[in-house]
Amino acid sequence: MAITSPEKYWWKPADKEEKLWITIALLWCLVLTIMMPLMHVIGTQNPSVNPMKIRPQDYRTVSEAFIEKYKVGEEKGIPIVEPPDGADVYLRAQAWIWTPILKLKKGVNYKFHISSTDLMHGFSLMPLNMNFQIVPGHDNILNMTPTSAGTFHIICNEFCGIGHHTMIGKIIVS
Amino acid sequence: MANGSEFRTCPITGKKVFASTQNLIWINAVTAVVFILIGGIMAFLVGMTRWPAVHLLSADLFYRFLTAHGLNMLVFWIVFFEIAGLYFGSSVLLNSRLAAPKVAWLAYILMLVGAVLVDVMVFTGKATVMFSSYVPLQADPLYYLGIILFAVGALIGCGIFFGTLAIAKAEKTYEGSVPLVTFGLAAAAIIAVFTLACGAIIYIPTLLWSLGLITNLDPAVYRLIFWGFGHSSQQINVTAMVSVWYLLAVLTVGAKPVNEKICRFAFLLYILFIDLASEHHLLTDPTLSPYHKMANTSYFMYLAVLASMIHALAIPMTVEVAQRKKGYTKGLFEWLTKAPWGEPGFPAMIFSLFIFGFIGGITGVVYGTEQLSIKSHNTWALTGHFHGTVVGGTTLAFMGLTYYVIPLIFRRELIGKKLATLQPYIFAIGVILITLGMGGAGTLGSPRRHWDITFADAVIPFSFDPAVLFFTTIAAIGVITAVVGGAMYVGVSVLSVFFGRKMAPNEAKML
Ligand code: HEM
Ligand SMILES: [Cu+2]
Ligand SMILES: [Cu+2]
Repeated sequence: MAITSPEKYWWKPADKEEKLWITIALLWCLVLTIMMPLMHVIGTQNPSVNPMKIRPQDYRTVSEAFIEKYKVGEEKGIPIVEPPDGADVYLRAQAWIWTPILKLKKGVNYKFHISSTDLMHGFSLMPLNMNFQIVPGHDNILNMTPTSAGTFHIICNEFCGIGHHTMIGKIIVS
Repeated sequence: MANGSEFRTCPITGKKVFASTQNLIWINAVTAVVFILIGGIMAFLVGMTRWPAVHLLSADLFYRFLTAHGLNMLVFWIVFFEIAGLYFGSSVLLNSRLAAPKVAWLAYILMLVGAVLVDVMVFTGKATVMFSSYVPLQADPLYYLGIILFAVGALIGCGIFFGTLAIAKAEKTYEGSVPLVTFGLAAAAIIAVFTLACGAIIYIPTLLWSLGLITNLDPAVYRLIFWGFGHSSQQINVTAMVSVWYLLAVLTVGAKPVNEKICRFAFLLYILFIDLASEHHLLTDPTLSPYHKMANTSYFMYLAVLASMIHALAIPMTVEVAQRKKGYTKGLFEWLTKAPWGEPGFPAMIFSLFIFGFIGGITGVVYGTEQLSIKSHNTWALTGHFHGTVVGGTTLAFMGLTYYVIPLIFRRELIGKKLATLQPYIFAIGVILITLGMGGAGTLGSPRRHWDITFADAVIPFSFDPAVLFFTTIAAIGVITAVVGGAMYVGVSVLSVFFGRKMAPNEAKML
């Protein structure tokens, strides 16, 4: 019994069924182990591959410069920015706003730099449901190509204080 | 109670139960139940707020109570119960006196003071940081102090466990190898030592930071080490839960492990690999390189998964063999249909195994891949996943065990045996609905830790696919059902422990 000491010689060979099951389980684990790196190579959607550090104040400076340079309008006080094709795009998270609103083109590749100037935030792109952790002091660099036109929203899905549930951003793809 | 040498002999198992051990198991288990009660009330309030049809609490209280729910359940309920389990698995199962009962009481007091401190900070709104308390979101220094005291207490509890193993060996209170359940609990305790070390490495600087003594605490480093602690604690829970499965298999059908070597080898895999797999929490973080993440979450994680798959065969197999020996040999499944379904321990064990494996385990393996983590990170699907593991799995197994601990260790007859038998069914249905609801809504993007998924106050308007509401409603029905099941558990165990008929010393009755 599992609550008493086993008999003296418990080092017994496994039964046929046990061996079969362990072999199947092991093979399955090997398949999973191979699939993970394989999908990284042949798949097209991976998390950030070259992590970079950036001080929050420096990030604020570059993202402000980016907004200044490509600003095309404003909505409810939030700048609307239309970067040129292939530009580096800065999307700043801070409690409780995503700045700026981005206007992008379908089929064009952009290099996103997403970071926070205060707390942790969660980048959650709707309705695609793609999620990334946004960490102050670190630049989450993602190469993204919009493949369909329309309006996308970014909600925050990391708790960032009492206004967390109001933190919504927008990306317009044409 | 001088030097803790008084004992009685259990009329059913023949084990020696020392008075000092019994008192310590009692106090730790009863405290655990108090915390599941607090956590359960929070679960109901939080769950009813997440349901837009009710939207019960204000945002402030919601985030406070959510923090409280996570801590009271995941940390206080589970760890107090596990400490009781460690004392049982060492002292009772090995017929040995407990090492240093006074120190064990000190450990208990440290844990209790820590837990109370944390709860006071959380409920007064000074630590609305969620149980993960990600830097730079800051809580009152006393919050971090509370966690540290709790962790030190738990670490001492592990020390008592190892000390008792040593005493039992020295005093030759058992012959040959330790029982499998003790072996499993030893694996859990070894993992706990690593885990609590990570806890110390991260909470001590965080405490200093909250006091203003340190300024540059990298949030990414915090996340890495925090999950070395936070995820590894879940591995303690898994390992303890599997040990409880073996224990329940003995208590309900008298099962005997079919192959001790294989079961023990699987526990060994847990010790070796499970802690290394903590980085799946960081798959979408901008910090680690993909090679690092993949090695951690594929090679290491899947060896731990292999261990779970081995237990997943071994447990039903021991039950089947035991039942067939009793003569239930008709067809393929008579052993299962004629199992003691009318006794709380059996359904608790089977549902725990099923929910842990098929819901918690499978979602865990899926969400733990590099690409699918992008689809699930921080969504409600994640919350669904771990309610499958730690609620449907660990908590349900512990609940089932409680109904045997009360008569066997505390010598009280259960009050409300019918309720106790029904309880695992209700709780399991509730948890299954919660996991499905959260999983469905989360797959469509519904976020975790979120007060208002209708986004009524947002500057930029946004609303979800209506299917999110449908799944949220399923989760809400699950919340109500699980809370009823949880209340039945607390009711039966508290009533029985305090008011159950005291059993005679030689009364050989289990339920
Ligand atoms: C009656 C049973 C339970 C119900 C109805 C329930 C319900 C919930 C709900 C609705 C949430 C909120 C999710 C969100 O807004 O993100 C939640 C979160 C959570 N629950 Fe439970 N729960 C139950 C039992 C447990 C138990 C037994 C544990 C641990 C052993 C647990 C651990 C957690 C944790 C760790 C969180 C996450 C908190 C956070 O995100 O910081 N729950 N639960
Ligand atoms: Cu945010
Ligand atoms: Cu947020």
